[in-house]
Amino acid sequence: MDETMLDGNAVAGMLRDVFAVETTTTVATCGGCGEPTPMGETHVYRGAGFVLRCPRCENALVTLVRGDTRMWIGFPGIRTLQVAIDAS
Amino acid sequence: MAGTALLGRLTWQLAELVDVIAETPRATTLVFAVPDWPGHRAGQHVDVRLTAEDGYQTQRSYSISSAPDGTRIALTVVHVQDGEVSPYLTGELRSGDQIELRGPVGGYFVWEPEHGGPLLLVGGGSGLAPLMAMIRLRAAVGSDAETRLLVSSRSWEDILYRTELERLAGHGLTVVHTLTASRPSGWTGYARRVDADMLAEVGPGPAARPQVFVCGPTPFVEAVAEALVTLGHEPRRIKTERFGPTGD
Repeated sequence: MDETMLDGNAVAGMLRDVFAVETTTTVATCGGCGEPTPMGETHVYRGAGFVLRCPRCENALVTLVRGDTRMWIGFPGIRTLQVAIDAS
Repeated sequence: MAGTALLGRLTWQLAELVDVIAETPRATTLVFAVPDWPGHRAGQHVDVRLTAEDGYQTQRSYSISSAPDGTRIALTVVHVQDGEVSPYLTGELRSGDQIELRGPVGGYFVWEPEHGGPLLLVGGGSGLAPLMAMIRLRAAVGSDAETRLLVSSRSWEDILYRTELERLAGHGLTVVHTLTASRPSGWTGYARRVDADMLAEVGPGPAARPQVFVCGPTPFVEAVAEALVTLGHEPRRIKTERFGPTGD
């Protein structure tokens, strides 16, 4: 186990800089193993940026790199995102 | 309000420190007034941003330990030796000072009174903070949801919110402590890290299908979650939040 590992809750604020929806309850289906996971449950590792990994197979789902004035967001391993929307 | 609606992007806002509560020798609760605070749900957190005179910025996430209460929020900060942010927050900041924060953040690690019980809450160190928001909300709305709270602390002096927990116990809330590093003389409670046997004794067991919330440092959360699954709790009923430095 990597003791510096965090979870998707830790990067939720950063994602809310960009996305208008709550990301921790957004369900990402892994393109590797097919497991659906609420983003809050993903395993998060920090290096130069952040990598969000599937808790089942550790496939890299999302990468985040922040500069001073922009953020680079990659989705290398997500097959689908289920995003809750208003019924209306 | 279920955290599913479109929320809009979050922006940084100014918060004013209005109260400081010394919790333990190493932990301090800071109460902030946030003028445009939209309200929060028990278990959510905020990001705090500090900016130095030369423009250098750093940020940290802190769980909100208070129940929803107008425009005030309480954050419990543990003083980390050689830390970049916590020594400033716990040592330098004075009432009336302002900081920037962004929130509330998160919708996954959240309990609402209408979710009911039974609840099993397991907190390690300052991982108790978001669970305390749930306990306080539960008390504020008069919920009698059966709740077992297992708190792991280093020592008796390090137990957060100890007297308040003693007062809130009963009415369906059971509080159990384990002390991992040192014990007062005559201590008869648990004196080891949380393990499967302890979780089985504290209950509720898997048959009662409790909602489980676990918060603490990553090694603590991993060990507790693994033990819970070993006992037969359904993984999807176990919600976890790990903490550590996330500053950018």
